[in-house]
Amino acid sequence: MKSTARSYRNLILFSAPAFVVYAGFLVIPLIASVVLSFMDSDSGPTSVFVGFDNYVYLFTNPSTSERFWNALVNNFEFFAVHLIVELPVGLLMAALLTSSTLRRSRGVYRTLLFIPATLSVVIVGFVWRLIINPLWGIVQFPLLGDANTALPTIALMSVWEYVGIPMIFLYTALIAIPDDVLEAAKLDGANAWTTFWRVKFPLIAPQFGLIAILTYIWTFNGFDIVYALNGSAPGPDYSTDILGTLFYRTFFGSSGQVANPDLGATVASVVFFLILIITAIYFAVVQRRLKSYEL
Amino acid sequence: MTSLNKPSRADAGGRLVVHVALILFVIVAIGPIIIVVMNSLKTTPGIFNGPFVPPTAETFNLDGWANVFKRGNFALNYGNSIIVTLVSTLLTLVLSTLAAFAITEYKVRLAPLLAGFFIIGIMLPIRLGTVPILQTMVAWHLVDTLVALILVYTAMSLPLAIALMATFFRRVPTELKEAAKIDGAGELRTLSIVLPLVRPGLAAVASVTMLPIWNDLWFPLILAPSKENQTVTLGVQQFVGQFQSDYPALLAALTLGALPLVILFTVFSRNFIQGLSQGYGK
Repeated sequence: MKSTARSYRNLILFSAPAFVVYAGFLVIPLIASVVLSFMDSDSGPTSVFVGFDNYVYLFTNPSTSERFWNALVNNFEFFAVHLIVELPVGLLMAALLTSSTLRRSRGVYRTLLFIPATLSVVIVGFVWRLIINPLWGIVQFPLLGDANTALPTIALMSVWEYVGIPMIFLYTALIAIPDDVLEAAKLDGANAWTTFWRVKFPLIAPQFGLIAILTYIWTFNGFDIVYALNGSAPGPDYSTDILGTLFYRTFFGSSGQVANPDLGATVASVVFFLILIITAIYFAVVQRRLKSYEL
Repeated sequence: MTSLNKPSRADAGGRLVVHVALILFVIVAIGPIIIVVMNSLKTTPGIFNGPFVPPTAETFNLDGWANVFKRGNFALNYGNSIIVTLVSTLLTLVLSTLAAFAITEYKVRLAPLLAGFFIIGIMLPIRLGTVPILQTMVAWHLVDTLVALILVYTAMSLPLAIALMATFFRRVPTELKEAAKIDGAGELRTLSIVLPLVRPGLAAVASVTMLPIWNDLWFPLILAPSKENQTVTLGVQQFVGQFQSDYPALLAALTLGALPLVILFTVFSRNFIQGLSQGYGK
């Protein structure tokens, strides 16, 4: 009994500093943000509970709803580009890196391919804007100036920067596959293509799923690359406005828009629930099925 | 069975395809970075007359590199980034080591609950709590200080760091800890005996922690936007707007801003990869 009490004391003592910082600056602010989304703190001297009023206002009031639905749709498009381009390319790069024909060059390729992910969005935005500038004629078309192409273009810049992350995830998953499994496939006469899709991919499916859900979380927190290219009022015609830039403008204010913390917290809470629901569904339904393949 | 030492023709062909594909990917990944570095060594007309041409005797120019430290607050911002990144990383290392040691060492019923509470944070985006964070910092008079950034970045980094450190502590043989305890070592002494064994974990934590802090644009913009307290990422972002005409200096600033992390990653890439894959994998 005495030793249990001492264990409790030590556990609490050792984890208290981390607990205080983590709870104080991450968990509590997230909860407080959700609480704030149900309050009105602007109209009177004290905050009052207003239920779903802020949500109703955000979704339906003409002054905000158009921007909100636009940003939401854009954000799904931003995520879709990552899902369709970044993950398959990352998988291809990982598969190439684990090819048995590579020897010493493997580490060099791996390091070089990851370097873009270590850059800040400022340099990424700047250099790609320089490269696709219609002045030089590589592309004759103002990709960032057209409402139809601006968002996919920015999303592809982001893919260029971050593709190294799924690559590393899937690479470490692939090299963890035991050799005897692959030997067995080889003895059965399977070629590289069949081995990859029938043996290797099912084995790394849980990691593929995990990086897909992380990409979803990261893209719904997206802000930096859009801000680096377009500032907080992303044009042309709000075509590159995503939830992160809308959130920033709503709570911090911008030209032509008064700062509104309650409504900002509402936007943040919508993003939070979008992430929470999809992540919960994913872990409850998909990830469990994928795990059943595990060796 | 025949191809163990002598690669067959098909193997050689496959090998060529793999190398060609990887080299193409490397060109796409590294090409734009080379363009930035290369153009920082040219005159402004040299840049605009051919941004994809390497510097020639005529266009070669080091003014950009000389000017970058005179422009704006570049040196000051650089120092801010170094302070914020190093202090946050150090705090993350210390706090996550203590917490991960505790939740793996003291196997009481609270321990797994606490571990779960910390680790769920990997999935929780701190930015969505920005409104209350800003209000707290205003109330505590910490707005526009580096302290505000350090607190937020430490909170942001702890979940992944604790998850990582816990996997490393779990691998420490129990015999070692038992032996230390029999010798009468206290809790902190036991931790210091175990610490050398989790050194790869510390390196992994440090490398995955630094990257998002150095490159963040969101919190510097909201919590420490003044010229004196800007980090280099935000400083260079505003530099892009303000000094459009001095392209060589801008490109030199971009190069310098990226340099520390590119070097760190290249040196510690093994630790970094370990950190990324094991931290999220659990």
